[in-house]
Amino acid sequence: MNSRVELQDGTVCFGESFGATRPVAGEVVFNTGMVGYPESLTDPSYRGQILVFTYPLVGNYGVPSGRLSRLESDEVQVAGVIVAQFSRFHRHADADASLQGWLRDADVPAISGIDTRFLTRHLRAHGSMLGKILPDDRDVAWSNPNDLNLLSEVSIKEPVESGSGAKTVLLVDFGCKRSIETSLLRRGFRVKRVPWNCCISNEAADAVLLSNGPGDPRHYSGVIEQVALELAGDRPVLGVCLGHQLMALASGCEVFKLPYGHRGQNQPCREVGTRRYFITSQNHGYAVDLATIDGVWLPWFENGNDGTCEGLRHSQKPHMSVQFHPEARPGPNDTAFVFDRFLELIHAK
Amino acid sequence: MPSDRVQKVLVLGSGALKIGEAGEFDYSGSQAIKAFTEEGIETVLVNPNIATVQTSQGLADKVYLLPVQPQFVKDIIERERPDAIFLSCGGQTALNCGLELAESGVLDEAGVQVLGTSIESIRDAEDRQRFADRLRSINVKTPESKSAKSLEESIAVADAIGYPVMVRFAYTLGGLGSGRCADRAEFVSRVTSGFVHSSQVLVEEYLEGWKEVEYEIVRDRFDNCVAICNMENLDPLGIHTGESIVVAPSQTLDNDEYHLLRDIGIRVFRALGLVGEGNIQFALHPKNGDYRVIEVNPRLSRSSALASKATGYPLAYIATKLALGYGLADIQNPVTQTTTACFEPALDYIVVKIPRWDLSKFVLSSSELGTGMKSVGEVMGIGRSFEEALQKALRMVDTGAEGLIEDGGFDRTEELIPWGEPRPDRILRIGRALANGVTANEISRVTHIHPWFVAGVENIVAIGRELRLKRGQVLSEVTLRRAKQAGFSDVQIAGFIGASSSEVASQRSQLGLHPAVKQIDTFAGEFPASTNYLYLTYHGSANDVQPLPEHERPVVLLGAGPYRIGCSVEFDCCCVEAARSFRRRGHRTVIINCNPETVSTDYDESDRLYFEELSLETIIEILRLESPIGVVVSMGGQISNSLAGPLKAAGVPIFGTDPDDIDRAEDRHAFSRMLDREGIKQPAWREMSSISGVLEFCEDVGFPVLVRPSYVLSGSAMAIATGPAELSEYLTSAADAFSRAKVVVSRFIEDGKEIELDGVAAHGEIVSMTIGEHIENAGVHSGDATIVVPPQRIFSETDRRIREIGRKIARALNITGPFNVQFIARENDVMVIECNLRASRSLPFVSKVTNYPYMEAAVAVFLGEEPPVEEVCYRDLKHVGVKAPQFSYSRLQGVDPRVGVEMASTGEVGCLGESFEEAFMKALIAVGFRFPVRAVLLSTGPLKDKVAFLEGARHLSRSGAEIFATRGSARFLSEQGVHCNAVGWPDDGEPNTAEDLIRNRRVDLVVNIPKNNQFEELSNDAAIRKLAVEYGLPLVTNIQLACRLALMCSQLPELQIRSLDEYHSRVSAP
Repeated sequence: MNSRVELQDGTVCFGESFGATRPVAGEVVFNTGMVGYPESLTDPSYRGQILVFTYPLVGNYGVPSGRLSRLESDEVQVAGVIVAQFSRFHRHADADASLQGWLRDADVPAISGIDTRFLTRHLRAHGSMLGKILPDDRDVAWSNPNDLNLLSEVSIKEPVESGSGAKTVLLVDFGCKRSIETSLLRRGFRVKRVPWNCCISNEAADAVLLSNGPGDPRHYSGVIEQVALELAGDRPVLGVCLGHQLMALASGCEVFKLPYGHRGQNQPCREVGTRRYFITSQNHGYAVDLATIDGVWLPWFENGNDGTCEGLRHSQKPHMSVQFHPEARPGPNDTAFVFDRFLELIHAK
Repeated sequence: MPSDRVQKVLVLGSGALKIGEAGEFDYSGSQAIKAFTEEGIETVLVNPNIATVQTSQGLADKVYLLPVQPQFVKDIIERERPDAIFLSCGGQTALNCGLELAESGVLDEAGVQVLGTSIESIRDAEDRQRFADRLRSINVKTPESKSAKSLEESIAVADAIGYPVMVRFAYTLGGLGSGRCADRAEFVSRVTSGFVHSSQVLVEEYLEGWKEVEYEIVRDRFDNCVAICNMENLDPLGIHTGESIVVAPSQTLDNDEYHLLRDIGIRVFRALGLVGEGNIQFALHPKNGDYRVIEVNPRLSRSSALASKATGYPLAYIATKLALGYGLADIQNPVTQTTTACFEPALDYIVVKIPRWDLSKFVLSSSELGTGMKSVGEVMGIGRSFEEALQKALRMVDTGAEGLIEDGGFDRTEELIPWGEPRPDRILRIGRALANGVTANEISRVTHIHPWFVAGVENIVAIGRELRLKRGQVLSEVTLRRAKQAGFSDVQIAGFIGASSSEVASQRSQLGLHPAVKQIDTFAGEFPASTNYLYLTYHGSANDVQPLPEHERPVVLLGAGPYRIGCSVEFDCCCVEAARSFRRRGHRTVIINCNPETVSTDYDESDRLYFEELSLETIIEILRLESPIGVVVSMGGQISNSLAGPLKAAGVPIFGTDPDDIDRAEDRHAFSRMLDREGIKQPAWREMSSISGVLEFCEDVGFPVLVRPSYVLSGSAMAIATGPAELSEYLTSAADAFSRAKVVVSRFIEDGKEIELDGVAAHGEIVSMTIGEHIENAGVHSGDATIVVPPQRIFSETDRRIREIGRKIARALNITGPFNVQFIARENDVMVIECNLRASRSLPFVSKVTNYPYMEAAVAVFLGEEPPVEEVCYRDLKHVGVKAPQFSYSRLQGVDPRVGVEMASTGEVGCLGESFEEAFMKALIAVGFRFPVRAVLLSTGPLKDKVAFLEGARHLSRSGAEIFATRGSARFLSEQGVHCNAVGWPDDGEPNTAEDLIRNRRVDLVVNIPKNNQFEELSNDAAIRKLAVEYGLPLVTNIQLACRLALMCSQLPELQIRSLDEYHSRVSAP
């Protein structure tokens, strides 16, 4: 079925539909990773976004759709998928479905045959923008995920506990990737995963992890208040991605929208004060404005390419945050040590 | 901070190109030298490979064209007093030389620091047992294995692991001697011969059907460590990675597999303490994700050249900076010029590398591939689908295939051609098998090639089948687009539908169906990049680049394509030097080439690089965008030269000699008529459309004759016949070739001297020329000949006549640009045997020996500008240059290693000296000879050669060499009063045979002159030659070369350690 991509600025690219055949709208963003499409597509941070894969061959090894532990959440999170080509043939020992079949079953529209390099360069030059995938000439209204409160869509509804460690980490779920939870469990924590709108500081736990999630953090004022209350205390807190941005906002720092975001697996981050660089997995459209950081917070990591803030740590309290994804998946595991540092903080308490 | 202490660095090259160590080290060495120069560090290069870019002017501060061997390098260190030595860019040759220098204490004594990875770390990676132990200590899995130092010990190990097992030998190039052994018998035979080259064998568990995946890793001294590229071999484990079709990035690995291996790679290089660049090879279980680390190269390698071109990340340049002590993040990504080099490139395309083999050049060579390397070059196709990149690469490799499958591939053959065994053309055979009903499952099951790749091949076949059904019809846009997106060429499509390629091309034009130009920017478009590295794809709707402005219209240079026997790094050198000359003269340059092992495809050698096919279709598509002021076809060897006519016909301006005149030199009949008209002699010849008239002609002109097909695609089909019997035997054996081509017979001039003229002319007037003399008489391919400049043993009248003929030819063909003429001379009777109106194989050699910049001169005349003035004629040089061939027979088991009319050498060296003998000896040492000769085994062939070598035998004897000779030769020598020991033939079955001598290494030189110049002698002689190669003994099979070598041995010259500049400054002194 013929389909097309339409951008807010009038740019149109023609291709073929290969997922669900309904029209969809969202924010169009690109990711430069070369592996890990099942992980990306199930990452709740992509909620409301139409994802362009810059790697032109997607779907080669199918999808482990029957093995939820291999995916970052229980469902496909993106609003739509744009690829140059999807693999009509896939083979992998862990593949339960083809990319096409999986997207169809999940009712997620997708389009192939697009010059994704052209589209990527366009987004880079003009910034991420709203767009639509329109199969069969049917239209749909524009939709900007950054105007919505997506947290209620992606967060769990009721608290869930797992693991059996001596120490408990309160995992505040703003759309948490499964690998964050796994990273904590693997380090012997008991994890209490709670909904996005819980009263964080009232929850009993040894430490708090503020998860990743979708949307514009500046809209989440209720959450920011909760985080501020928590940060007033002395409990160890680790923020990841959206969690990092919420901590910054709660501390009075400002957050701005990056022109086209950082989404990929090859972003170098330097640990400030050292010569050590780490290759990180990233997926964010907003960044903390380093100029607005006050004295109690110190830059922890900075981006090697554009110098943006990639992490903060508190000068006195056991509070720290990273913009990148230490849990990886998709992407490199180089910064898994962030969880170890978190663990050290907790045990030091 | 980088080390301030380093002010002068010694860079070791890799010597002559050989199988397993080829042009990729010209790329890495050149980048390294550039990186050092940028830091203000003085560079001294040791590399006898005269045909390289790195030994050209303007790169290293000093060049020593001397063997990369400890005794020479030691002297150079004493002379140059460098602070540091760089071993990472000269392959195994440089690494081994460096290890020896370190072990003998030379480096410490001279206070020379090893840059980058330490000697200790190199040893950890190179010694198989130390390597396995080191990895075990960090819990990284390697194949179950054990090393052994004797046959008995190794058998016990193999029995314990259980067959089949894999054997590998330590400290060898490209997996020499390695292989799979099915049972104990095969094991014993392989290990026995392996111990000849190595003192240690490793026996390993055999991992059949596991995927083979490689990572290129860089690390700085601050422990920052990143994986620049991963690559997946299409051919699973068991086939050497140099022999495999390789894709990048990996296609069948999921996130966890990709990053598991990446993490391990980083862990291993951290543990080894690598500083710079290295490569790690993994086996990955196709089902359960289990892995083994197979090998680590703690240096730049062939894979790093490929990874560098696949990603656009200049690995050798970066590795050099890291070796100097920079941190990764201190270095800018040269592609974006804004971001840091400390990142991992994101690709938004796929590359497919295909090796180039020339096995058909070798009689008796087994064409089955395995764990040893046999390929001589490679190409890389870039596309946005596997199918597109694969089919591009299959054409680039230039073995005659127009893609994966052609119309004829669907013809059901009675018995399906075998497709299971790994052979050079297996992928094509698989295509034909799929076309003929073999299932993809069956193919994956037998070959262990991952089903995803087979599905890609099957998709191409399906499109071919669809095209076939449209025979005689006009293709729909959808069908045509689908075919182009799957990498079908116009010629290939035309074949299926029964049209001409120009009809397909014009249909495309009508539909506006052209490829898009895309950049390789290391970032998948995430950052703006000033990159000039481009490719074409039909999976694109917009170009990344715009045409250059009208006043900057570029010059387009066509590269040489894959390295192969007969066309190698020398043409890359010509191309690069020409491109640089254009730039110096203020022109923008565009290079088109498809060989990842080259300097011409480096990011900074042209204003735009199209990593693309050298085909008419592709070039025309590129020219649509670039509209150049002219195209250079004469620097890239035969592929580009043969495009001159078609490009002219398409209205493209060609630099230099008019393509019609090129055609007059290429067309045998036209050229012959021209020679007749000019009164220039040539050996009598005739072209016949059937073999029936051949005998008559031969009896007319007299034997011996040289017979060949009128055109040769690849492989051997040329021979000398000394009589009717040999003639008919040859015609029968080469019947296949003659069913497709006419027979060309020419009189073979016996005992003729071969002489070559290289020159540059402008509008028919020669600007400069140099004459080189072959040591070997006619009958040895010019590419295998030992050549000396200036000529030593030709009459001055011959020299005068040759120059006169050169002038006549230049005028008659109205040559503008480089050209080469080959002559044969007997007494002063001079005949022309060949003429090429392009840069020749010997042009870089001639340029460097005479110090006249021939490539620069060619560019000047192309542009109608004044060429550089020739200061000294080749006859007045104060030194002598000798070019010697490098053979790679030790990699080609079963081949009879002797020189003949078909070229067999894989590389060359060129050395200078005060005298012929000095340059000759240096060159011989550089290709593996050892002097003084202590004991020699002679078998000197027919009586004529026995007589010819008598004086040589006396020289050897007088020089103190002990002489062993096979019975006939021994009898002759004894009768003539030369003391020698007679030995039996290999099949005598007695002790003290020639075979025993070689096996026990009682001799250090073997001179074995074949009885005749033609057919494979399944004889004792051949057995001796093969054995000599197997045992790594220097071998001479040509009588003239043997005589000159013996004469040289009678009084070994003193070898001067002098740089190229020193030789030349003496020339230009007033």
